[in-house]
Amino acid sequence: MRRFQNSIWVYGDYRNYFQNRVTLQLLARAVELAPEIDADVCAVIFGHSVDDFVGEYIAHGAQKVYVIDHPDLKTYSSETHAALLTHLSRRFSPEIILIGATDFGRELAPRVAKRLGTGLTADCIRLSIDDNGLLIQTAPAFGGNLLAKTVTPACRPQMATVRPGTFQELPHNDDAVGDIIPVTMPEDLPVPRARLMRSERIPKRAQRLEDAQVVVCGGRGMGSKTKFKKLFELARLLGGEVGATRPVVYSNWIAHDALVGQAGKHVHPQVLFSFGVSGAIQHTAAIADADLIVAINKNPEAPMMKMADTAIVADANQVCSSLIRELKRRIRE
Amino acid sequence: MRYHFVVCMKQVPMVSELPWDSRSGRLRRDLADGMMNPACKHALEAAIQLKDRHGARITVLTMGPVMAEEILREALAMGADSGILLTDPKMAGADTMVTSFTLARAITRECPDFDLVLCGCHTSDSETAQVGPQLAEELNVAGVAYVEKLDLQHHTVRLEREADDFLETIEMDLPGVVTIATQRYTPRYASLGGLQEAFDRDSITVIDAQGLGLTPEQIGRNASPTRILDVYSPAAQKENIVMRGSAKKVVEDLLDQFGDQIAAAIGKDLKPNG
Repeated sequence: MRRFQNSIWVYGDYRNYFQNRVTLQLLARAVELAPEIDADVCAVIFGHSVDDFVGEYIAHGAQKVYVIDHPDLKTYSSETHAALLTHLSRRFSPEIILIGATDFGRELAPRVAKRLGTGLTADCIRLSIDDNGLLIQTAPAFGGNLLAKTVTPACRPQMATVRPGTFQELPHNDDAVGDIIPVTMPEDLPVPRARLMRSERIPKRAQRLEDAQVVVCGGRGMGSKTKFKKLFELARLLGGEVGATRPVVYSNWIAHDALVGQAGKHVHPQVLFSFGVSGAIQHTAAIADADLIVAINKNPEAPMMKMADTAIVADANQVCSSLIRELKRRIRE
Repeated sequence: MRYHFVVCMKQVPMVSELPWDSRSGRLRRDLADGMMNPACKHALEAAIQLKDRHGARITVLTMGPVMAEEILREALAMGADSGILLTDPKMAGADTMVTSFTLARAITRECPDFDLVLCGCHTSDSETAQVGPQLAEELNVAGVAYVEKLDLQHHTVRLEREADDFLETIEMDLPGVVTIATQRYTPRYASLGGLQEAFDRDSITVIDAQGLGLTPEQIGRNASPTRILDVYSPAAQKENIVMRGSAKKVVEDLLDQFGDQIAAAIGKDLKPNG
């Protein structure tokens, strides 16, 4: 009989829940990976009065939830959470710990990895298990121009932060049952050397190009400043934002803050339309993170067309007009 | 009181110059031109502004190949006082865990009186954003990432940052480590004269592994818990769908094939064609 049951842990990052879904997304992926290494799927959560979140984690795939619930944990502190996650990991020895790549998660994870003396891969966009049962962690580098596959062969746990939105959460299952394991707060918890004095939610601002889920990028291939303006109508229909290449910005077809490139904005939308863009590397480096790239260009050999998921060989301006017409007809409000 | 700041920096390949093997999708990193990582420049600018206000000594520290000395010279031209280059073939291939260990060793040996370590919030090449927080752990001091504004107050520093839709004000004990975000602290230019003078100055210390009292087992690829299996270009491997025809036809083809994905992104339903 085995002494330890393997387990995959997902760190419960609940600040900003309901918008922040990354913990549920990671639970869904953990549920898929778990059978390959014969593991349990567990969530861990630190805070005060967090029962609602515990219920959510079970309803979304956690078989066990380790909970440290204490009034001192009311404020989110990466120093404290690092101490607690390290403490739990030493006690229960998980095989894998997954953490959402929120700002908080990306500050927390490296501290925990350091304390545990193990490896960590940042901002993964793919996770899989290889034939030896190792977690293959795929993460972008060079602004998404390259992907690197990394493993942690010998040290445990294997740790990764994972970009929000990478995986789909499972549907809420009211009938799911899970074990809730309360853990007492360790007594020797150090006093944080960095103390949160004030925390305000940033008022919702106008959508920013770099946060948009749909980006419509235009290059000189749109033909003229007047024709370029059509992209705004298309972006409005799609609820997206307009970005531009350097030549377009230099021609004053659009303001400089719309520049998408190494020296401008980096975007990571779900869908990126690229109209009449040739694809200099300074530009493509800043868009490579898009999930779906649709490029329209008369020249099928343009670098932009090579990196697109769908390359439409046609006049950018005509396709833009046609797409506007067709979307107006098809979008159900 | 006169502070001692240590700014950690990295030389990264210039992305526009990446020598690319387009067939294999691999990067010939050995051939790339180097530059100071942009976020590290912001960290240096933050340190210089604090120095101007409070008086301080700034040491810049990097680990890398011999040519990484260039970015230390550039930092001197911008306003740093001295530089330390950690270079040794045995240090190559270090992951963030071992990099932070090696940097911490240099700081405790060469700058034991440091008050604040400033790092860029991430590098443009590997983009892990892990070395700063791990350095704080390794030095066993306070650490805060993604800092937008710093205000020194004797033995503490008041920090502002944006994290996950929250604007946070944090009081951090000194000594400590911060990583600087790239919204504020726009770096100054190093003047040509300043650069020339910086290359003549005798203020860079070069240290190898032995000089840090480290054995080959403690550093570089050997000691790193992670292994990179493969680095590849997603573009080179992409299954590329090509559509041709009239504007009307290609738009119909596009919405037939990708309508669901586009609908999901815009959060609205799309009626099927017809």
